[in-house]
Amino acid sequence: MLQQQAALVTGASRGIGRAIAMELASKGAKVAVNYAGSEDKAEAVVQEIIDQGGEAIKIQADVTSEDDVKRMIKTVVDEFGSLDILVNNAGITKDNLLMRMKEEEFDSVIDTNLKGVFLCTKGVTRQMMKQKYGRIINVASIVGVSGNAGQANYVAAKAGVIGMTKSNAKELASRNIQVNAVAPGYITTDMTDSLTFEQREQMLSLIPLNRLGEAADVARVVRFLASEDAAYMTGQTLHVDGGMVM
Amino acid sequence: MADTFDRVKQIIVDRLDVEESKVTMEASFKEDLEADSLDVVELVMELEDEFDMEISDEEAEKINTVGDAVNYINSVL
Repeated sequence: MLQQQAALVTGASRGIGRAIAMELASKGAKVAVNYAGSEDKAEAVVQEIIDQGGEAIKIQADVTSEDDVKRMIKTVVDEFGSLDILVNNAGITKDNLLMRMKEEEFDSVIDTNLKGVFLCTKGVTRQMMKQKYGRIINVASIVGVSGNAGQANYVAAKAGVIGMTKSNAKELASRNIQVNAVAPGYITTDMTDSLTFEQREQMLSLIPLNRLGEAADVARVVRFLASEDAAYMTGQTLHVDGGMVM
Repeated sequence: MADTFDRVKQIIVDRLDVEESKVTMEASFKEDLEADSLDVVELVMELEDEFDMEISDEEAEKINTVGDAVNYINSVL
């Protein structure tokens, strides 16, 4: 399905990014597993892909650094010979009430979750324009659509990603580069494990499909957007949230 | 000098699908050769590959005509 295609997934050492890396690899893509600090976990993802007969490499890079991003993209192209799919997944949270949120907490979340998407997208554009082919999939969040108390920084970044998805889609469409986003809802990962029992129950009552999402639920939609099946889609944000926000 | 111009001209003809006679030193990419901004960015990328050099964003923004490109390349070669 994605045979011989080269994919770069940022923040792929765990959670949704890990599931996306595994999913793309299972369909035949060569996958570059980017990580910021968790080298052991990234290596485990690479090993699991190789054990399943796939091809993968790990690359350390901080997506907020343009130099790191350039080096990362060059490594992917040198190793795989092309770069067909970029999944901008790397993200962090620093939740706090608006009145208590420190400037640093705001800036760092915007840097990783929004500027990181800009830098990685800018970085791959040259290669994708040369190829006259590219698929960029941004992992946004449903709270970027609905808003969420206590996440002013995260929501601003994710809403920004959804807007940038549309701009980049328009700008690159003539070069056969398609840009779409997914907006996951409540997915069980390290990031959401920190929520309290009450918060979980509260969330569940808002989900029509009445279950929490799995990282694999998101990964399959990302794989769809990366595939030929999504050939006539660009600039869209698909909600993968059990019907939470319609 | 003429060599640089000929190589640049060939890339422009291939990329923008224009007649050779329209590609003069004075020709403006956007006005005379009907290139859009993204075409110019792509052209600069191809020139970088052809001449094995890096053209910074600042320099690239100053390239409006075929002559600007040829002169810049010659100044670096």
